Amino acid sequence: MVERIEQAGRAEPDVPGRARSPRGRATGRHGPGGRRRTGLLRAGVALTLVAGGLTACGGGGGTPTLNWYINPDNGGQATIAASCTKAAGGKYRIKTALLPSDATQQREQLIRRLAAQDSGVDLMSLDPVFVPEAANAGFLRPFTASEAAPLTQGVFDSAVRSSTWEGKLYAAPFWANTQLLWYRKSVANKAGIDPTAADFTWDKLIDAAVRTNTTIGVQGNRYEGYVVWINALIASAGGRIISDAEQGDEAKIEIDSPAGRQAAAIIQKLARSRAASPTLSTDIEEPSRATINGPRGGFLLNWGYVWRAEQGDAEAGAINKNIPADLGWARYPRVSPGQESRPPFGGIEIGVSAYGKYRDDLAIEAVRCITSPANMKRYMLDEGNVAARPAIFTDPDILKEFPMAPLMRDSIAAATPRPATPYYADVSGAIQSRWHPPASVNPSTTPRESAEFIRAVLRGQALL
Amino acid sequence: MTSVDTAPVRGEISDRGRAERRLGLLLSTPAVVVMLLVTAYPLGNALYQSLFSYRLTAPDDRRFVGLDNYATALTDGLFWQTVLTTLVITVVTVGVELVIGFALAMVMHRAVFGRRTVRTAILLPYGIVTVISAFAWKYAFDVQSGFVNSWFGLGDYAWFSDRWAALFVIVLSEIWKTTPFVSLLLLAGLAQVPRDLGEAATVDGATAWQRLKRVTIPNMKAAILVALLFRTLDAWRIFDNVFIMTAGQEKTQVLSFLTYQQIITRTELGLGNAVGVLLFLSVVLIAAVFIKGFRVDLSQVRGDR
Repeated sequence: MVERIEQAGRAEPDVPGRARSPRGRATGRHGPGGRRRTGLLRAGVALTLVAGGLTACGGGGGTPTLNWYINPDNGGQATIAASCTKAAGGKYRIKTALLPSDATQQREQLIRRLAAQDSGVDLMSLDPVFVPEAANAGFLRPFTASEAAPLTQGVFDSAVRSSTWEGKLYAAPFWANTQLLWYRKSVANKAGIDPTAADFTWDKLIDAAVRTNTTIGVQGNRYEGYVVWINALIASAGGRIISDAEQGDEAKIEIDSPAGRQAAAIIQKLARSRAASPTLSTDIEEPSRATINGPRGGFLLNWGYVWRAEQGDAEAGAINKNIPADLGWARYPRVSPGQESRPPFGGIEIGVSAYGKYRDDLAIEAVRCITSPANMKRYMLDEGNVAARPAIFTDPDILKEFPMAPLMRDSIAAATPRPATPYYADVSGAIQSRWHPPASVNPSTTPRESAEFIRAVLRGQALL
Repeated sequence: MTSVDTAPVRGEISDRGRAERRLGLLLSTPAVVVMLLVTAYPLGNALYQSLFSYRLTAPDDRRFVGLDNYATALTDGLFWQTVLTTLVITVVTVGVELVIGFALAMVMHRAVFGRRTVRTAILLPYGIVTVISAFAWKYAFDVQSGFVNSWFGLGDYAWFSDRWAALFVIVLSEIWKTTPFVSLLLLAGLAQVPRDLGEAATVDGATAWQRLKRVTIPNMKAAILVALLFRTLDAWRIFDNVFIMTAGQEKTQVLSFLTYQQIITRTELGLGNAVGVLLFLSVVLIAAVFIKGFRVDLSQVRGDR
């Protein structure tokens, strides 16, 4: 293993901040040498390990190593890993390993490792929808009540609820996420609408976009992001996809309801109008964000990262420099004027593997460090991803960087998570199968067909 | 090993022949053992698991269901839709590749100058990793980053939002990627056609077309059939292009992808292995049809006889 670590180090010698030790290749072999490294150097090592994608087994001599499987970001989690390693003062060190980029494939890789009881996984960055499945299968080590208290106090209720399974906390909320309606102020002016108005609905949004010949960017590919949209619409109409999820394959399926039909009507109306992106049925987050920067850009439903990404693109000259100033934001639109919208919920929770060597002590300490308010704030500033603690949103540094922070906070507080069920992958896949492509959605048939199909899939009577 | 082939007719094997045969079996034992380990065991395991209702995330709920998984798969419309898609991809790619591959093989065979350059240029696509070529084609046809739409003035035509348009791109990339393989096999066949046969036909006044049809092609029939067999089996198991370009949306799932979705994504090991076994059986069927039906003799392309 030591040799492999060194190889990874050699493979990427120009990582910023990585100073070559005079003893060169021998350093990895001896504990004390490893401990004397600076934080920057550790960050460099963490980065090179990301590049190597290692599942190492304690290379640094005496220091226990925790392997943290992370979703790809711009280095924010590696920075936190390095600073927690430093804070631990030699008690443990955290190494990060990179998972695939989309949520479905992250789950696929983790599930294979966990089912094989891989002891090389200690911590995991989990998509909240994966928590019930992993918890139910016994893959995650639940937090005891006393461990859970500091991880959940002052954290968004929606984040805590989606980390909890059958009354126990199985993952620590790290960052929360929600979608806002992003819009070009110039287009809204031209259309004569106010997206921030309390009773702003999807119908008004679609009509305005059609009137101004602009597009509404949404995620309509056959993937998890499309279910995020469907779930938010159904929840905003006062319904839900399933209930009694603990019943597993006998859960109550409620997608065939007035709320389900209202959601289908909105998707149908948008997908068949000129307001739809031409690639709606293949759009994921980034292509949909690109639509608002295009010549027909008008509106966009997307996660909190958009603000940072747009500013970055404008600075880099990839998009028109005036776009960020023209960018407005509003709460997720309503389905019916008299009913508050229920924006999507997302984010990342940190789970502790049930098979790691340090699951009862060091891993728990590390989770506490990773999800500390200071690290959440730093992650939000570094990555543009939204903290899971409401108090952070009134922090002056955050308000300066994210003028929409209060809206994000209220939006997360009102968000409705996707169904919590151990069979989430089946439920989500079945919905995608029947609701895709968006232009084929029909309010009078799609909700009913998808309800029947979810049932058949849950019972293992249909292919997906 | 050749001793087995060259042994005299059954019944009158000499002592020497018997000893050679024994030696042959002995020498091939290690290979057979390795084959059994790496193919027979996983296959047997898949067969066994396909008889259960078994989910990786709920191992305690495993129960024996007999052939139910096969019944579920074979009565599911999605399975047959997938078979159709796979069939379309196979027939179109193999047909087109055979024609283009033959033409390229002729070019490589006849090239007078720059022979190595010509061969390298033709074989280049085959050296590219399929996933990488799949991404390249995907981005080429992408509405935002691609160049295809602007070259052909197609505006914002979304290639991957329609079943047949998406399949068109998948097939095109498959053809681009694997035609060199076909032409390589055909080149080997062309090299085996005795030159004097063609010359004799020319003397007899045969046109170029007649020579191709009556001399060249009949003499390389074995090479053509082997190329067909290999490519058909490859095309039938297509996965990478579909996985990268459409991930199965717009009814572009193929059999391998369907298996992947059941086993890896849903972690339904029972149902997924049943689909996998069905895929395996279809591959065996194709191979059997070629080898028995068309009498493909795999040893002939090597020029053993």
